[in-house]
Parts: sequence; structure tokens; C-alpha cells
Amino acid sequence: MVQVKVNGQQRTFDGDPEMPLLWYLRDILGLTGTKFGCGMALCGACTVLENGKAIRSCQKQMGTIEGLNITTIEAISTNGPHPVQKAWAEVNVPQCGYCQPGQIMQAVSLLSAKPQPTDQDIDDVMSGNICRCGTYQRIRSAIKQAAKETA
Amino acid sequence: MISAETISADKFVVENVSRRGFLQGVLSASAFVLCVGKIPLLASAARIGAPSEAADATAAIGASAFHPSLFVGIHSDGAVYIVAHRSEMGNGVRTSLPRILADELDADWTRVTVVQGDGDGAYGSQDTDGSHSVREFFDTLREAGATARLMLVRAAAQKWGIPESQCVADPVHSVTDLSAKRKLSYGDLAPLAAKLPVPRKEELKLKSPQDWRYIGKPAPGYDVAEVCSGKPLFGMDVRVEGMLYAAIAHPPVLGGKVKSLDDSATLKVIGVKKTIPIDPFKPPHAFQPLGGIAVIADNTFAAFKGRKNLKIEWDNGANASYNSSAYKKELQQSSRQPGKVVHTTGDPDSEFAKAGKIVEAEYFAPHLAHASMEPPVAVADVQGEKVIVWSPTQDPQGVQEEVAKALGLKKENVTCHVTFLGGGFGRKSKPDYAVEAALLSQKTGKPVKVIWSREDDIKFDYYHSVAAMYLKASLDDAGRPKAWLQRSVFPPIGSTFDKDAVYAGDGEMSMGWNVIPFDVPNFRSENGQAVAHVRIGWLRSVANIYHAFAVQSFANELAHAANRDPYDYLLTLLGSPRTLDVGKQGPPGTNEKYPYDIARLRHVAELAAEKSNWGKKKFGKGAGMGIAVHRSFFTYVATVVEVEVDDQGVVRIPHVTTVLDAGIVANPEMVRQQFEGAAVFGTSLTRTGEITATNGAVDQSNFYDYQVARMNDAPKQVDIHIVESTAPPAGAGEPGVPPFAPALCNAIFAATGKRVRELPLTRNGFS
Repeated sequence: MVQVKVNGQQRTFDGDPEMPLLWYLRDILGLTGTKFGCGMALCGACTVLENGKAIRSCQKQMGTIEGLNITTIEAISTNGPHPVQKAWAEVNVPQCGYCQPGQIMQAVSLLSAKPQPTDQDIDDVMSGNICRCGTYQRIRSAIKQAAKETA
Repeated sequence: MISAETISADKFVVENVSRRGFLQGVLSASAFVLCVGKIPLLASAARIGAPSEAADATAAIGASAFHPSLFVGIHSDGAVYIVAHRSEMGNGVRTSLPRILADELDADWTRVTVVQGDGDGAYGSQDTDGSHSVREFFDTLREAGATARLMLVRAAAQKWGIPESQCVADPVHSVTDLSAKRKLSYGDLAPLAAKLPVPRKEELKLKSPQDWRYIGKPAPGYDVAEVCSGKPLFGMDVRVEGMLYAAIAHPPVLGGKVKSLDDSATLKVIGVKKTIPIDPFKPPHAFQPLGGIAVIADNTFAAFKGRKNLKIEWDNGANASYNSSAYKKELQQSSRQPGKVVHTTGDPDSEFAKAGKIVEAEYFAPHLAHASMEPPVAVADVQGEKVIVWSPTQDPQGVQEEVAKALGLKKENVTCHVTFLGGGFGRKSKPDYAVEAALLSQKTGKPVKVIWSREDDIKFDYYHSVAAMYLKASLDDAGRPKAWLQRSVFPPIGSTFDKDAVYAGDGEMSMGWNVIPFDVPNFRSENGQAVAHVRIGWLRSVANIYHAFAVQSFANELAHAANRDPYDYLLTLLGSPRTLDVGKQGPPGTNEKYPYDIARLRHVAELAAEKSNWGKKKFGKGAGMGIAVHRSFFTYVATVVEVEVDDQGVVRIPHVTTVLDAGIVANPEMVRQQFEGAAVFGTSLTRTGEITATNGAVDQSNFYDYQVARMNDAPKQVDIHIVESTAPPAGAGEPGVPPFAPALCNAIFAATGKRVRELPLTRNGFS
């Protein structure tokens, strides 16, 4: 039996302890905003926040998450869109959009650690998130815009 | 009583289908609804088995089994509904297409709701590929919008008892009486317009381009907010009550079969229900499932884990002899021998026999995988004779057809709901994965979601073809080519549908190979035969990728041989403005609508040189720029890539300039996105894109060994310039890709003196 907090709600899980958090979120809780892309922490589509810091949910086994505080894309916009989501819309970042929840969660994590990131900071942190449509240049400007707005 | 009030918009038919109960729950009984279809609705009703008698036909049309895929409806409260009948995969069709209709309707875009259309043959092809969406439906959407507008104007005229000429659809979403300065909103007019006959096509007055509200104006994606908040939009997100999850162990080699199976360890995995064999396909494989063993479970992880625990011995079959290194030599060998002649101008052989400087070069480009971020996935629910499929598909009618075929049902009994696609790039117009879901649902009696892992996606794709090209030119004293020979050899897409197909189809040859836009008096293009050993399919811009790589690299090599600036030389090659004879480009009328205009290709090249400061920008050691031009999907593109290569061969791309002429552009914002993305897609395929096989099985499996561009290796800045044009709309999703690889490789040559003749760059000591 594992206790975990997801989007502020206390949950218990007693299934296969090897199940990655990703599939718990998607299949058991129905929180499908967190995406499956590679299952190997190579693409970042499954990015969620653990105590405010980005992690790859496909690598976090349920047996190891006792007591953690997890936030998914569904919970960052409770009082209107998050500044990062707002910037994403203003820059019109998404094409297909599938990777964008992961990109946004990674950007939220980046900005909480470095509120005014340099280009190099952005490249270093965001290069773990793949966008096959190729929206990187817009992601970079949206992060800068969000940084400006929250400054 | 139904009267078939129809007009013909080319092959399409507009009908007034108000009060017929379309999309009950979305549209009210008094809504004004026009349907645009390829077949009149009455015929459609008959087609789905309803008696032709009017009352029964009404019932049939109103039934949930039938959804029009392209229609506009206006509620009495003024809300406008427009169906997007093409698939959204980042191409922006859910924004660009409805805005064309909304423009002619003079509707307020903020009051438009976009409804995704199901698969339905009544609307012509819904196969969202070939960069077709805007160019194929631009006129139809405008006419549909203009039809609805005219009917609303007539409704106002009737209500006021004044001549139609006194009424005008202005300001937006309303009709004004010019003499009395009174107005009625579209909502007020909808119930009245619903009772009017559809005007004849000759009565329509399309707006002048200067009056367009939305066409040609940039607009952000209709779904951006939903996408950014993680809403369940994608095929991967579909959840149906009682649904089971399936992962399938596919035969590692195409055509392989299960020899023996031990699933005892699998069945012990928590959450695994059972295993189900899927029959191997009967050649040609086309869109049939590959066969294998499906693991059925109550969640995705259990299905994956159960699959890992299967012990399967495979009978790999004839394709186990396929090895990429040996195959490459075969292709190269055959590219050096005469092939099937595709096109000849003048007499190249006589010219080659004369004295002249001969330049020869060979190019090679490997297989590529699509690797859309959302791997193939589908949910199917088989209920007796009926099937409902939810799928991220580029071709919902293909899903209907293939599922029906596999299950022995009627196509009309298969409903295909189109979800958002987490990328497509051509992969998702092949519905094999939806068929798998349907077969498994039939066998389990439950809705089943089939999920492909990334490894499945990379290892069992319909691969972009591997290709070897040989080019030869004879140059005169001024360095201009007097004769040009080009030969390409690759396993064709036709092999997917005909196991004996070894030569390229006309379509593949028309993609930058049968003719070239260069002013060369003696020219011959050839194609050699090649047998396919993996599934071959189309990938974003298809054969244009390797053909443009060869032709535009060779042009750069000739410039070097002639000791000329590559851009100046390119203009020399393009020659004087003229119409290039390209042979048949499509259905009748295509050549008239889309002549190959060398002036437009020259223009994008000139503009790209200007915008990129070609010849003016100074570069240090290991840096430089390269140019390439290419026309595909009727769009003219020039790309200049700037590159920096360090001592370790690490390639950085600080800047890309792309100029395009796509005729009239419906939504410049979406077009910009497509071309920005094309530079990144091009970076991926040029730097690292390579699929190989050993003993018939694909070697790569995930993003560590099939790498795609990340933020730190993608171009830092991509500038897109759109040429203003009044020419008919052309393609946007694909044409940005082909010129990228040669432009980058030409830049690398300028920067390092090293010529890349084989993709990807990692084969050349670069990374």
C-alpha cells in the first residue's frame, strides 16, 4: 500500500509496485494530460512536478513514491491559466500539442528554479523534452515571455 | 418533406439540411444548416440502406449512424458550428479551414465552434496527407460560406420586404438594410434562412481578396488553450467504460510468424488477462496488421510488462536475409547501371560522348521512421455487426474500410471518431493499428485500446524509403551543364500494395526527379529497380527528400567545379523565366491551375539570398552558409542554412532563412509554424535520421538510437518569409522539408570543404 498526494489529493495504491507513476496517472486516475512518449526518460512528454521540481513520471515506480507530492498539468491552472500556459498561447507554441504538457511542466520547473533564465539555461533544461513538430524556437520565446511577466 | 435543394460546387454539392436533426444535442431544431458533400445526402441516405422514400430518408439521415463531415450550422442564438473534416496533427486545419468558410460567411470567428467530423465517404477524401487540405478545399469552403451568407441576406430581405440588393452582410455576423440603417443578427435570421432554397452557384458572389477578414490574416490555433491545459484530446487519451488494454508482440521481421509461444510468465503478471494471437497478413501487407501475440490487460503497464515476459520463437521468413549494409551496396551498384528511362530531353548520350568536363557524384539516403510523439494507438468497440473506433488517424475512411475488411463487416457499420493526432507525418494514414484494436475487441467482446510503445513505433513503421542516386553532368567551358543524367534506385511505396512492385510510381518520380527546374538542353532521368524488405510508406514530403538532396547537392558541386558562387550558379542553372514542362501533375486541370513557373522559383531564391545577406555576411573558420531550392506540392521554396562546425565535427545551426511562395495563404501563422517545424524535421533527418536492419529486423528502437533534433541541436533561429501571391493555394505541411538537407550539407561544404554525399551527417564524422 502506497500513499501519494496527486494534485493536492491524498491517494492510496496497492497494485503492482513496478508500475510507473505515468500509467498510474493515466490509466488508474484518468489524468491523461501527462503523456506517454518513450518510456525511457528520453523525451519528457511524461513530465510532472514532484514537490515543484520536474521529474519523468515514466521512470518513477509506484513502489518508490510513498509520501511524494505530485502535480500534473491538470492542476497548474486552478485560478485561470498559469503564466507559462498564457505565454504558450500568446506565442502560439503548439502544433500537434502532444508534447506540450510535458514542455510546460518542464518550463514551470525551470522558472521556479531560475526566474530569469538565459538562453543557455533554457537550452540546457528544455533539451530533454522532444518536440517532433519542431516548436523549439517558440518554446524559447514563450519561456522568456513568461519570465518577463512574472518578474 | 425533403426537396433536394442542391448546387454543385465543382464536384461538391451544397444542401440545405436544416431541420433534419443533424448532430442532435449540438444543433437545435430551428438551426440553419448547410451540408457540403461529394454525394447528395439523399443518395447517402440510400447508400446506408434507407428506403428512398422521403420520410424514411429523413429518419435515416437523422440517425446517429450518419454524420456529415463538412457543414456549417447557425443557431438561433447566433452560434456558428463548422465541421473540420480533415485531421488535426499540428497542420492547423481545425483553424485554417473553418476560417475560410467563416470569412465568406462574414461570421464572427469568436462565435464559431469547430466540430471534428467522423469518417464518411460522402465528403470525398479525408486522407490528410499530401499537403492537400487548403488547396483542395479552398474553393469549396468559400462557396459554402458564400451560400450561407446569401441565404441569410435573402432571409433579411424577405423579412423586411425589400429587394435583396438593399441588404448587405455587414457588420460582421449580421445583415444591414442599407436604406433604413436597421440590422438583423445571423441568429435572428437563421430560422428564416433554414426555410430557403439553396441558391444556384451562378448567384453566389465571392468576396474580393481585399475584403477578406480571415483569409491571409494570421490567427493562432483554435485549440491552443485546450492543448496547453492537458485536456484529453488525443487518441492516447481515449478512455471507454470497461476498456481493456493491449500490447502486441509483432514479428521482428516483416512476414514472420509465431513458431512457438510460452506465455506462462506473462499470465502471472498482475493485471494481465490473457494472450490472443493475431494472424499474419496475406501479401501484399498493405494496411493489414503484422500479426503476432497480443497481451490483454487491465492497464497499459501490465500489457507492456506481460509482453516482455512472452517467450516467442519466430519463423522469420524470407526477409530475414535483409541486411542494410549489403542492401546499400546493391542499390548503389544498380544506380551505376542504366535504369528505366523516366524522361528524356535532347540527346544526353551524344553530348556526354563529346569533349567536356564530366562531373559525377553518388548520393545515398537511408530509411527514416516517422516517430510522431504519440505512438500509434486506437480504441475499438465491436458490438455485434457494428464497430466504433476512436483513433488518431489521418485517414478515417481508411480505418472504416480496413476494419470492415478485417472483420467481414460493411464499411458503413464502422464509425470512426477522429481524435487529435500527436503528430502524423504520414504514419497515421496507415490504419493497421486500428485494425488490431478492432480484431481484439471482437475476440474479447470488450472495448480494447491498442497501445504501441516507442519501440513498436520505430521497429514496425512504414518506413520512408532508402535511396541511392547517381548523377552525371557534362560542363561547357563556362561551367554550364550541356548534358545531365540522373538515376535513382529505391524500394517503392507501391511494394506495400503490390508485392512485385520494384519500380517507382509516377507519383514518386514526379517528386523532384522526372524533370529538374534547370536549363539543361540534354537531360535524362532514370529509375532502377529495388525489392522492399520492410514496409515502405510515405513520410512528410516523401521522395522529394532524397531527390532534392541529390539534385541540390549536385548543383552545388557543379558550382564548385565551375568555380562559381553557389547562389549565382543556381540562378544560372534555373535559367530564364519560363514554364517547365513537367508532364502530368495530377487530375485534369492540375497543370493549368499549377503550372511550374521558373520565375517563382527564381524569385524565392533571390529573396532568400537577400534576406540571408548571401555573399555579404562574413564567416570565420568552420562556418558558412548553403542554399537549396525545391518545388513540391506546388509550393516554391528556397532555404539558406548557416552552419558552424567545431573541431570535433559538432554541427550548430544558428540561423535558417526560408522563403516560400505557396500562392494564396489561408493562415500565414500556421504556414510559418509548418515551415519552422520543417527546418527542425529537416535537421533531424540530416543529422541523425537512419533506420537500418540486420537479418531483417530493424536495429533502432527508441530516441537514444533513433535520435531526433532537440532544442540544443535544432536551428536556433528560423526566419520565414511568405511571398504575397494571388496564385491558387498550394501545399504547406511538407514543402519546407526537401530543401533543408541539401542546404545544410552545402553549408557544411562551404564551412569545412567536406562534401556530404550520404545521409545522415553522423555517417560523415559530424554530429
